[in-house]
Amino acid sequence: MTNSTNTEASQAITQLFEDRTLLAKKRAVARKRRNRSEQRFRWAGRLSIAFGIACVLFLFTDIISKGIGAFTQTYVDVEITFNQETLGLSSQSTEQEIKAASFSSFYKKALREKYPEITGRKEKRELYAMFTSDMPLILRNMVVADPSIMGSTQIISMIADDDFDTYYKHSYGRDLDEADKISRLSDMQEGLVDSLAKSGAVKTKFNTILFTNSDSREPELAGIKGAVVGSILTLLVTLALSFPIAVATAIYLEEFAPTNRITDFIEVNINNLAAVPSVIFGLLGLAIFINFFGMPRSVPLLGGFVLTLMTLPTIIISSRAAIKAVPPSIREAALGMGASKVQTVIHHVLPLAMPGMLTGTIIGMSQALGETAPLLMIGMVAFIVDVPTGITDSATVLPVQIFLWSDSPERAFVEKTSAAIMVLLTFLICMNSFAVWLRKRLERRW
Amino acid sequence: MNLSTLLLIILAGSAVAYFIGYTRSQQIAKPIGGVRHLATLPTYYASMMTLWALIPALLLVFFWSVLDGAIIDSLVKSSLPQEAKRLSEENLGLIMSQVSNVASGIGSIDVLGQEYAPAVERLVSLTAISQRAMPLLAFCVLVLGALMGFRAVRATNNARYTVEKIFNVAIFVCSSIAIFTTFGIVFSVLFESIHFFQKVPFFDFLLGTHWSPQIAIRADQAGASGSFGVIPLIVGTLLISMIALSIAVPVGLMSAIYLSEYATSKTRSIVKPMLEILAGVPTVVYGFFAALTVAPAIRHYGDQLRVWGADNDITWLANLAVSSESALATGMVMGVMIIPFVSSLSDDVINAVPQSLRDGSYALGATQSETIKKVVFPAALPGIVGGVLLAASRAIGETMIVVMAAGLAANLTVNPLEAVTTVTVQIVTLLVGDQEFDSAKTLAAFALGLFLFVITLALNVIALKVVKKYREQYD
Repeated sequence: MTNSTNTEASQAITQLFEDRTLLAKKRAVARKRRNRSEQRFRWAGRLSIAFGIACVLFLFTDIISKGIGAFTQTYVDVEITFNQETLGLSSQSTEQEIKAASFSSFYKKALREKYPEITGRKEKRELYAMFTSDMPLILRNMVVADPSIMGSTQIISMIADDDFDTYYKHSYGRDLDEADKISRLSDMQEGLVDSLAKSGAVKTKFNTILFTNSDSREPELAGIKGAVVGSILTLLVTLALSFPIAVATAIYLEEFAPTNRITDFIEVNINNLAAVPSVIFGLLGLAIFINFFGMPRSVPLLGGFVLTLMTLPTIIISSRAAIKAVPPSIREAALGMGASKVQTVIHHVLPLAMPGMLTGTIIGMSQALGETAPLLMIGMVAFIVDVPTGITDSATVLPVQIFLWSDSPERAFVEKTSAAIMVLLTFLICMNSFAVWLRKRLERRW
Repeated sequence: MNLSTLLLIILAGSAVAYFIGYTRSQQIAKPIGGVRHLATLPTYYASMMTLWALIPALLLVFFWSVLDGAIIDSLVKSSLPQEAKRLSEENLGLIMSQVSNVASGIGSIDVLGQEYAPAVERLVSLTAISQRAMPLLAFCVLVLGALMGFRAVRATNNARYTVEKIFNVAIFVCSSIAIFTTFGIVFSVLFESIHFFQKVPFFDFLLGTHWSPQIAIRADQAGASGSFGVIPLIVGTLLISMIALSIAVPVGLMSAIYLSEYATSKTRSIVKPMLEILAGVPTVVYGFFAALTVAPAIRHYGDQLRVWGADNDITWLANLAVSSESALATGMVMGVMIIPFVSSLSDDVINAVPQSLRDGSYALGATQSETIKKVVFPAALPGIVGGVLLAASRAIGETMIVVMAAGLAANLTVNPLEAVTTVTVQIVTLLVGDQEFDSAKTLAAFALGLFLFVITLALNVIALKVVKKYREQYD
């Protein structure tokens, strides 16, 4: 009896013990599982962030590696004698005479004389194609600027054609496989590049053409000046319209608006406009501004109008937040001193809310600077060579220029496009850093 | 005279008016014992005078610029020869543009016929008159307004009332611009869409499965009657948006959760701005990136996979065909663009979940991830859904990436490796470049615009409602 109870008891104890170890084991397993899932979750978060940052880095390195080459340009020093007989000019020739002279044939003849061994028709054409097709024009302008060079021999820094330029910068003198070699030059042309480079005539310099020229069909002559000026003019119109209108709207809605249906309606409209796709604003510009009001196409004024409507909600929303952040005690103090409502707002609330408003405005402007789609609709995609001089001149803007160049088949334009993107991103980064600095500098905590 | 110079002159004129008003009010104040005897401060007199000078002149310039085209047009039309007046609306427009071309020196009068010479002359002279009269008249109005303002500078006249009244009206007018913009959008897309639906039946548009908007230039041309079925565009848009969202939502959401729940404030202050760079990059840059880097890369890997599949006898891999304008590349890049958008919206809603809920969950023994999954996430769900809807509306309305990297041909397919086209791509391609305004092709763009506007508006309204409802819960 006692024996059996003993055994039973000991069995029960063992059982209990086993149960407890089992339970502890189960719990340990469960804890491990839970810890693992905790770790997995954290790693998922870390990986997401790493993915985002990797995207940023990849995007920037990709653009920079593609575009860095466009900041240098290949030039070739060639001695050219301004032959008085060939051109039929002397150092006393008037400007009109110079402009009438055939520099094109003179230039070709000069090149042929440099390379008398090149005789075939095709080879000759290839020789001319080594340099930019604008060379005769450049030579003419030199003579116009200083007619006394007639008859003398000058060392001309000739602009290399884009194929030459690309080949020289990326493939020449490098140990590359045939597949990696970027070259659209013929063997004869590559031989010429080689002999020119060995004689020390080929130089790469900082590409000032990119910043001093406007758009061109020739990649080596294409620059962003016109687009940058167009962007600045468009942004000025946008700023001049959107900042006052947005601030006035924010003041009305925060300080003066009665709570009624009209106010509600305005607020709903602003919130919805903030999320309307930008291409719709282009349709608006096309249908209302161009077809209804008959405004001219592709001018910065019109671009500014459309971008104003697009950026207004952004600036209004941040301006309202800035006004809301001004404590009521300021208003009460001003009103208590006998200021009118308008005086209170203009003299006290507005200056205190200004940093927030300016930050919002800069962010809105950087949005407008990068915007492309609505400007395509209102015809700012035209090929424009002249730098716009006013807000009613035809113009294009930097993002649209990027869009246009990215469509061009020449490889050199890929480089130019990336360079233009780098310039655009530099502008944007400067604007946004300025906004952040302004916020940090002027922000007040109450 | 240039419009910008005219505006500058008007501004300069009103600045002069300000100084005159200021000195005049001080002059008045002197004999009566100083500024405090005036009804209001000198700056208000000065501002009043500025407004008197500025507003009428600006209104004149505005209305003149808006109306002179139409008025000159109708005057020129009246001097067209008799047979031209009986022409239809479209032909009349054609004649008018030819007339204006001749007037501005493009082409010669002989092409049009000598009977149009009076119309051309009239146009030239009227334009010249308008261009000369406007600045002159504007300047007169400016001076007159300033004089009126000058007369109103009197010691007993409280200029502050006038100025504040104008201020109040001005800010109301400014805030109603938002309403006008919405109406402008609605009317511009609606009217043109109605024109479009008169030419193409509504249900053919909405339910058609074939999209090829090319219309024959000549009526007898074959095979180009144009068909406007929007289904392939919708499918393409949805396909690309889905790919974008399937990247942006998990990545954006997880990074928002990690940043707001796990990361130290130092990490957050570094990582968050870095992610926000993605939001600041212009879409044209993403388009370039998608078209020149991502799409070729995907095509390259697709080709390698196909070769590998062919070597190993995997039939479906060997038949893999990757388009160089694949929806996958476009969608992926668009997804990257939307990441910061999803992440900042989710960040807001996650931070709005009260700490007490988390504390309660920890007290019951839950781990941090369990708390997030079972307490914070459900509580923040409506806000997150709202954010995802907003992201979807952004993906649907995104233009430049798809214009540069997606295809133009409307394929009805859900294969992400093929080229598809989207609503926004079609709007842009139909409207960029030369266009005749009345063709069904151009009007189709407006119908698509209406469609896009309605969809994105509906998504936004729902999203804002969901978010708002959720905010009320915890506030």
